[in-house]
Amino acid sequence: MNALINGRSNEKMFSASLAEKISEWETKGLSEEFTGYRGQTLNLLKSIGAEIGDVIRVTKGGETWEGILIPRSEIGDEHHVVIKMKSGYNVGVRIDSEAQIEKVGTGVKPTFTPPPIPEQNKSLPRVAIVSTGGTIASRVDYRTGGVRPALSASELYSVVPELSDIAMVDTEILFSVYSENITAKHWIATAKAVAKHIERGVDGVVVAHGTDTLGYSAAALSFALQDLPVPVVLVASQRSADRPSSDAATNLVGAVKAAVFAPFAEVVIAMHETVSDTSIVFHRGTKARKCHTSRRDTFKSVNASPLARMADGKIRVLTKDYMKRDAKRKLKLNPNFDKNVALVKAYPDVNPELIDWYVQKGIKGIIFEGTGLGHVGDYLFSAIKNATEKGVIVCMTSQCIWGRLNMNVYDQGRDILSLGVISLDDMLPETAYVKLRWVLGQTADAQEAKMLLKENLVHEYSARTLYDNIGI
Amino acid sequence: MSSKYSKIGLKAGLEIHQQLATHEKLFCSCEPQLFKEEPEYTFVRKLRPAQSELGQVDSAALFEFQKETQIRYEANSDSACLVEMDEEPPHDLNREAVEITLLASLMMNMKPVDEVHVMRKTVIDGSNTTGFQRTCVVALNGEIDIKGKKVAISQVSLEEDAARKTGKDGQLICYRIDRLGIPLIEVTTAPVIYSPEEAQETAAAIGRILRATRRVRRGLGTIRQDVNVSIRDGALIEIKGVQELDLVSQVITNEVQRQLGLLRIRDELSARGITENDISEDFVDVTKIFVKTKCKVLAKAIKQKHPILAVKLSGFAGLLKRELASGMRLGSELAGMARFWGRVGGIFHTDEMPAYGVTEEELSKLAQLLKKQPQDAIVFVADTLENATDALKAVVARSKVALRCVPEETRAANPDGTTKYMRPRPGAARMYPETDVPPIQLTKDYLDELGGRLPELPEQLMKRLMKEYKLNGKLAKQILDSEYLELFEVLAAETKVSATVIAVALTETLKALKRDGVNVDAVSDEQFRELFRLIDLGKTAKECIAEVLTWLADNEDSTAKDALNALGLSMISRKELEELVDDVIEKNAEFIETRGTSAFGPLMGVVMKKARGRVKAKLVNEVLKAKLEEA
Repeated sequence: MNALINGRSNEKMFSASLAEKISEWETKGLSEEFTGYRGQTLNLLKSIGAEIGDVIRVTKGGETWEGILIPRSEIGDEHHVVIKMKSGYNVGVRIDSEAQIEKVGTGVKPTFTPPPIPEQNKSLPRVAIVSTGGTIASRVDYRTGGVRPALSASELYSVVPELSDIAMVDTEILFSVYSENITAKHWIATAKAVAKHIERGVDGVVVAHGTDTLGYSAAALSFALQDLPVPVVLVASQRSADRPSSDAATNLVGAVKAAVFAPFAEVVIAMHETVSDTSIVFHRGTKARKCHTSRRDTFKSVNASPLARMADGKIRVLTKDYMKRDAKRKLKLNPNFDKNVALVKAYPDVNPELIDWYVQKGIKGIIFEGTGLGHVGDYLFSAIKNATEKGVIVCMTSQCIWGRLNMNVYDQGRDILSLGVISLDDMLPETAYVKLRWVLGQTADAQEAKMLLKENLVHEYSARTLYDNIGI
Repeated sequence: MSSKYSKIGLKAGLEIHQQLATHEKLFCSCEPQLFKEEPEYTFVRKLRPAQSELGQVDSAALFEFQKETQIRYEANSDSACLVEMDEEPPHDLNREAVEITLLASLMMNMKPVDEVHVMRKTVIDGSNTTGFQRTCVVALNGEIDIKGKKVAISQVSLEEDAARKTGKDGQLICYRIDRLGIPLIEVTTAPVIYSPEEAQETAAAIGRILRATRRVRRGLGTIRQDVNVSIRDGALIEIKGVQELDLVSQVITNEVQRQLGLLRIRDELSARGITENDISEDFVDVTKIFVKTKCKVLAKAIKQKHPILAVKLSGFAGLLKRELASGMRLGSELAGMARFWGRVGGIFHTDEMPAYGVTEEELSKLAQLLKKQPQDAIVFVADTLENATDALKAVVARSKVALRCVPEETRAANPDGTTKYMRPRPGAARMYPETDVPPIQLTKDYLDELGGRLPELPEQLMKRLMKEYKLNGKLAKQILDSEYLELFEVLAAETKVSATVIAVALTETLKALKRDGVNVDAVSDEQFRELFRLIDLGKTAKECIAEVLTWLADNEDSTAKDALNALGLSMISRKELEELVDDVIEKNAEFIETRGTSAFGPLMGVVMKKARGRVKAKLVNEVLKAKLEEA
């Protein structure tokens, strides 16, 4: 949920009930000037001509409350107004029948004049920062508490001034989407945008993205952008950028450094390695998973070592087996993803009709998140058999997260293999889901698709699992 | 007295912070407790000033950031979870803390707000892992009565306590996050206090009300007073962290003196004809003068290849060492600025020379090199070139201000009632909403219900203490002003020990022990209760209280019984007493012979002294009488 991207205040505004809200805005006329206010209070505010940022005064029971009208939290009721008092504190004042409300001053609209762009050092390498979810950095409106994105290069420099010492930055705002709302069409647009910047000759590309589905997008870009000449670094943050302790700027600086200086040319995710601000790790896009709801070091490389680490400003590659940076290499852009793939978790009593339903709907591929070494309950067998017989590609991964499948150990595993299920070894379920969509976007031939699936294209498989490849 | 202060236009306001005795912290379920052991884990962070809408950042914050200050946080699993580490969003506001805050507010005739909104107040010195302190206003506009005068209480808020600084490790500043998140009530008076005495009385009265809720924490650092002081022509100075109530008036007196002293220096500099143009950032590298110095600090710096930089302050001779108020000089003001902005350990100046091993010869070379005239002063500092330069820049800037006015600043209170420069006053309050915590409504029903069960007010309590426990007025007031009211009532209810004995132990005895350096805060309620139970059972005597408490303060995990055993303070048996009496009679045989029956009185005293209170006088009387008759 938490993106590098917008402050949380905004995120909550776009909660699951967004559609509901929109219809409410349309029917009740809740305009942006009255964020969060509804019902009678909204009417009252409108009747006195007060907007967010105006100074209002509420008198009731011999008490007077005066301050700047502040947006109201969307979970609040409709009987209070929120004002910012002179002391800077906000309080909610109940608007009951005896309350007198008046507007006593007009708000001054904040004007932000970003400082001039620092002298662009033409000798520095060039990086493109592509934003998919709002912004990389934010500014706070201390007057209303609003968090606004800093998007342009000059705004970015003003918020993260170190960038001007590292690279010449171009920014592109591709779209502003919370990562839980990202779908394959965003993967495709992002891949194309990245390819465009690479073709124009930048030394690396940074993609800002929310954390929730960052793992999926990283896998998607890994398959869509092969034979990269320069690095593509996805970056996110777990603490919103408006707070002094945010990890956004540190991650961004790490990402930009890797984009322009790292010796590798692969799709990676740049995030905190630990809860300290002292190192950034670069996870392979096909091997990383979000493993914690809120910690800075939420991303872990699963069944693999991170590709590289940055500490004390220096990048160290942690493996010998990687694609080296080579500006002359010709990028292969293949941004096609078939939508008819499902990811199904094998939990006790999972309903076999779910599989039947998918098959009836014309599904082409199913990735199972099986139990343990790669199992599902025998009550699914006939549904699976029906699916494979209808030509659906059914694959197995493990919900254990860490470790490799082996479907030969138990007879139930061997039975599942005999149903035509393909074992995907140590591939992450999320990566497997993305890969199958990509594979089916490349070919309609089932045999070819199965071969592509088993082929190690962009380090989605590791031949060896090492003792310390468990990232906890 | 107050007319003296009204003449100079003294205005003071107070902010009293008191930790609340809740079961959990303000925004998570951690126990509010500190730890003394080595930390179980540490982590390192940097804080970055957030950009305001106006494109401005706090200058001090920006400075810290540019210096790449890193903070190392220390934690253990008992006292901190991911919330304190800023690795998990805060949980809902602790309702128990809100309730205690409301009780205190209602006792001060405040008006609770309809809806409590939690705010983030930017604090970027590292004391908060988030870079802001969470705080919320709970009630407004009340008043309390101080000797017939109504003192306005403008605001009561509830906030999270900060992490505590545990030191520095090179460039790393160390904080321990056990204290972070402990609920604090903050009571703010209006700036309507016009004398140091009145300030102290107000602080005491607020403290009494907070303790009367019976739900505040006690011990060192659980209550902290901030004082705002201004005088006419002076400046508004914020003084943080006055730990002892008794220091409030002294801190204010000193601050008034300091400001008056600075104004006198300003006038004197003006009389000397010094203007800002006379002072400039002409820093001279004077390292070569000191290559063979006997001054340890300078010699060490030279060994580390650090330069020694000097700057001339024209016309400042004699002013740097002049005492502004007890122990505070313009020289120490300059040093405070140099420490903050230049991160140096301190500065040297010619007003205090020759000293610290710096010789006359070195000083005359220094004077020569900087073309110092007799009316000039020189400040010099040894550190890295960057730090030394920053330090002297700060010294020059502060010296220029000295020509004009008293600068507004935030100062820290020292334990002796003096203050030192802490940081510039923060710019316009940088507060924005804590959107992770939903606001809470204070309904009329809830407030009415609370109003119906307000704790006794201090004055009612005072009357009851005198009536119910037969305490005299002085003792009752001492209990009321102590942190032990709650415990007093528990002990008085649990045991048959005289309430006066308990009250004396909890006030005068503890105060005396504290004065002698005993860490009485370390003695737990449980230890007190056991001690008084033992006294009640006749296992030890009230005369042993001080000794037992002293032992317990050093042996936190032990019981009062352990103390008695270790100190040999258990009540002695009749048999032991008889042996003791025999011994005394034997040693004083001659005396008994000459004095006859009149020897009884003095011998009684000898035995009692030897028994060190471990026996009842009545028993000694009986045994001694019998033995003397035998003899």
